[in-house]
Amino acid sequence: MSVLTTNYLTPTGREEAWRFTPLKRLRGLHDGTAIVGGRNSLVTKAGLPQGASFTRESLAPLAVSDDVIIERIRGEVSDVAHLSIDANAEIKEPIFLTRSAGALDSAELSRVRISLGTHAVATVIVENIGDTLLAEDLEIALAPGSSLTFVTLQEFDSKSVYTARHHAVVDKDATFKSITVTVGGDVVRILPTVEFTAPGASAELLGVYFATTGQFFEHRMHVDHAVPNAKSRVNFKGALAGRDAHTVWIGDVLIRAVAEGTDTYELNRNLLLTDGARADSVPNLEIETGEIVGAGHASTTGRFDDEQLFYLMSRGITLENARRLVVRGFFNEIITEIGNEEVQERLMERIDGELERAGA
Amino acid sequence: MSVLEIRGLQVSVDTENGSVEILKGVDLTIKSGETHAIMGPNGSGKSTLAYSIAGHPKYTITGGSVTLDGADVLDMTVDERAKAGLFLAMQYPVEVPGVSVSNFLRTAATALRGEAPKLRTWVAEVKGAMEALNMDPSFATRNVNEGFSGGEKKRHEIMQLELLKPKMAILDETDSGLDVDALRIVSEGVNRAKANNDLGVLLITHYTRILKYIKPDFVHVFANGKIVEEGGPDLADKLEANGYADYVSK
Repeated sequence: MSVLTTNYLTPTGREEAWRFTPLKRLRGLHDGTAIVGGRNSLVTKAGLPQGASFTRESLAPLAVSDDVIIERIRGEVSDVAHLSIDANAEIKEPIFLTRSAGALDSAELSRVRISLGTHAVATVIVENIGDTLLAEDLEIALAPGSSLTFVTLQEFDSKSVYTARHHAVVDKDATFKSITVTVGGDVVRILPTVEFTAPGASAELLGVYFATTGQFFEHRMHVDHAVPNAKSRVNFKGALAGRDAHTVWIGDVLIRAVAEGTDTYELNRNLLLTDGARADSVPNLEIETGEIVGAGHASTTGRFDDEQLFYLMSRGITLENARRLVVRGFFNEIITEIGNEEVQERLMERIDGELERAGA
Repeated sequence: MSVLEIRGLQVSVDTENGSVEILKGVDLTIKSGETHAIMGPNGSGKSTLAYSIAGHPKYTITGGSVTLDGADVLDMTVDERAKAGLFLAMQYPVEVPGVSVSNFLRTAATALRGEAPKLRTWVAEVKGAMEALNMDPSFATRNVNEGFSGGEKKRHEIMQLELLKPKMAILDETDSGLDVDALRIVSEGVNRAKANNDLGVLLITHYTRILKYIKPDFVHVFANGKIVEEGGPDLADKLEANGYADYVSK
């Protein structure tokens, strides 16, 4: 056990990046007062397929970060959990990583690397479960021509605090697709970020979140188009129910002057299921060149559509079941992208349960 | 034998300019196996009658009664009305994103039958209903009404009518937006439901053309929020010839 060193700038809540986050509920992750336990909780759930390896090794960070918690993690931890996929390996079945331990009275500082060799194809599903205090620096390296579907499931129990950056570095003609699902925890703050390092790269960042009474979930995207002819798509859908449920979605997309031929679109839709909940949604498109294919964003926040509920109920379906169908339908578009029936059904049942608990 | 009885029904709707009365005392009795056509000009309140009976929250009942076999329909929630045996085929069926037709139909059938239909017989039942209405099998996997053409939406409504087997069906301008072939197919579906389930039908329409396929026993002319004339099928022929001008000016 050790106390985090404190020679970092501690956020006050006035910074743009921290203005929505309830710092007092971060249990000391942001200001160095959290006691660090010796946990390395990330493990493989089943045996690894051929072409994949999972090791612990010392690795330098892939990319710089200006996030103070990421800096703290890097200052403390050199040991990285590394899932590596060999070049040209085409792995059909998803690789599951899960959490073997958790605790709330001490923090886990975690560094994770997922790397794909050239033309490798894989799906990785990370299950974040239990009650834990966890700060994570997760970096993904996609070599030229590789393709990764990266699913993170925040299925925490109710007291967890999770702050993380999930950063992908996408090389020439590589395809990165992430599906971020946040349905559990007290405070979850994830920075899904992408940088393109060569033309022809593409990234699709999908996500769903469902916050109920008192939960705070923040997803702060950053897509950096620093090279020509890269494509990005962002589509996050959120639902909120119950008093003081609060979600934040920030979609920062930067198209640098050199990034001619960029094609980007970002979308965030929120469904407010009860009064007393709050959804912040801030798309932010910064464009430094006009020579692009397309750039757009949209953000909507709405309530249950009475006409939909009426239609379903006019076929004998109770109000409760009609609401459940509409919420499931709302999330379905993204959830089905996971491509694993068992996981999808488990998530839908969790969403049903959250809806019921919130009394929406 | 079922009876839907509408007595002195008065309905208003909230607008920017306050409450406006749409239905001004409607009396109508429909029995099993009977087909009643309600015909009238646009804005006469025909659709309000349909939606009020189904329980749409937009409409406020200010007077009168609606009963089905003696049970107070106006006291029921929307789903309870469906469970009592009422069905509304909507003029503008609503899109429900992310919910497949097959999931929707099965959920509705489970609600109305009180238990989930057995999977094997249910699949055959849905397949048969779709084939009877010339619908492509891929329909079942599409999201409810999402991206449906006007004709597809109406077929989907009538497919539900056949699968869910209500006692009384209100068809709100089911003929609108249908070409001749689709009108025939949809009408045959209604006639099958009548023959198989001794269905009572309240057919709301602006035009007489659907009455060539679905023969009414009674025709009611609707104008300015109430029924202004009643008669047999020959009344429709008179309307075809003279239009609604006589009634609107009254």
